[in-house]
Amino acid sequence: MPGFDFSNYNRNAALHAQGVPLPKATSTGTTIVGCIFDGGVVIAADTRATSGPIVADKNCEKLHYIAPQIWCAGAGTAADTEFTTAIISSNLELHALSTGRKPRVVTCMTMLKQHLFRYQGHIGAYLVVAGVDPTGVGLYTVHAHGSTDKLPYVTMGSGSLAAMAVFETQWKQKMTREDAVKLASDAIQAGIFNDLGSGSNVDVCVITEEKATLMRNYITPNQREVKQRGYKFKRGTTAVLNEKIITREEISKYVTLHELSSDDDVVVVEKMDIDA
Amino acid sequence: MASLFSSNPTLASNPSYLFSQAPHNLAAGNKEHGFYPYTDNGGSTLGITGNDFAIIAGDTRSTSGYSINTRYSPKVFRIGGDDETGEGAHIILSVVGYAADGTALKERLNAIVKMYKYQHGKKMTVKACAQRLATILYGKRFFPYYVTAILGGLDEDGKGALYSYDPVGSYEREQCRAAGAAASLIMPFLDNQVNFKNQYLPGTGVGHDLQARQTEPLPLHEVEQLVRDAFTSATERHIEVGDGLQMFVVTKGGIEEKYFPLKRD
Repeated sequence: MPGFDFSNYNRNAALHAQGVPLPKATSTGTTIVGCIFDGGVVIAADTRATSGPIVADKNCEKLHYIAPQIWCAGAGTAADTEFTTAIISSNLELHALSTGRKPRVVTCMTMLKQHLFRYQGHIGAYLVVAGVDPTGVGLYTVHAHGSTDKLPYVTMGSGSLAAMAVFETQWKQKMTREDAVKLASDAIQAGIFNDLGSGSNVDVCVITEEKATLMRNYITPNQREVKQRGYKFKRGTTAVLNEKIITREEISKYVTLHELSSDDDVVVVEKMDIDA
Repeated sequence: MASLFSSNPTLASNPSYLFSQAPHNLAAGNKEHGFYPYTDNGGSTLGITGNDFAIIAGDTRSTSGYSINTRYSPKVFRIGGDDETGEGAHIILSVVGYAADGTALKERLNAIVKMYKYQHGKKMTVKACAQRLATILYGKRFFPYYVTAILGGLDEDGKGALYSYDPVGSYEREQCRAAGAAASLIMPFLDNQVNFKNQYLPGTGVGHDLQARQTEPLPLHEVEQLVRDAFTSATERHIEVGDGLQMFVVTKGGIEEKYFPLKRD
């Protein structure tokens, strides 16, 4: 049987009724926006992920790929936005293959809302869907319960009011690409600085008839200043109470070892910040 | 079965749950309307003492929920000054938690320390002020000032003195203390960098025989650097901390105030 496994539902509800707290999901208390312009559409997002008052990720990606020219910005429960966009991306690809046509933004939006409505809001995905298809430019919001809107400029997430304030004062009909990118990133910055759930950098994605351009960390207005002191410890500062050496020969009895010839063989997905 | 969840006392005492029975909430009937008089205004404070100085610092952001009330609302105050500028004060107080209670508490302590001087013709010692603050807090034992206070100054021997409190007046003299929203982020850093916890002297032994690094009073400029790093780091990882860092340094020369901007996101 495909789909979610509900076999623990009753047990968890019973435990919860007796005072056991529910596990807390990472919520991307977020600012996401979208705005159409003459010849395309732009979406943008901040890059802060939170878990309660703690910043879980300072530079996460909230702009998700759906199809080559359909992208989606996600707010709400991080796992839900990621898995929902991924499954709709898969199904839309299959749909495009079977019809032999480019996928449409309305199709994507309809699949998302039907998926979300089926789960009655329990999938906490709040999305801004944008793209260009043979019928033209599309920009929609999809709420977790399944309702949708089709508007020339949209905002979502905890920073939506701060961002919408910018749109409502500065938005104009038939903007140029440059103006729309500026407006969308200004709206995100309003969220970054005025909403505690949003922060760090601005990601932007511009979609036109020709192509989609993802501009990761388009603006980085929150670079950390250098620390006053160094925090390097002398080797041997940490007490070693116990040590055991497992030899290469011993471990290779249980796992297969591959020799890495050079540093080029190591794939670095994302560079980690470390102290000097 | 119940012992599996022994961390929760309600479960241990009441294991009678039927899985066939649907979970139920409390019976609907008269709805109780409540008024909650407290709010949490976020932010963090921190105090460190040295041989001949005490530092208390706090960020200047005031929040409610996901909103910023203001980017400059001081949490550290001069106590016992001659006028509203705080000139002539010799004690500093930081309050974090519910801002309205913090202001009320600071006003009250300030008035008491001033009255002490007028009535006795001498300045209140930090020790006496610390005991008085505990009395004030405990006086509202059943409707507390919802704040974590830190009091600082120089003791009778001219050494740095720092006292930390809970909301109902339990207090202790300490070398350093972090309070507020990011206390759990800052305090372990202070334990390691001020009291050298978990630091051992390399090459002084093997395993349990390794000598722990002894604490020594830190010079003022080093403490100042630690305070700034503590707050820039807390700003990175806690959403309620940021905007500005206010720092009060008490030495025999008086109280010096410093301000450093923090990230505003």
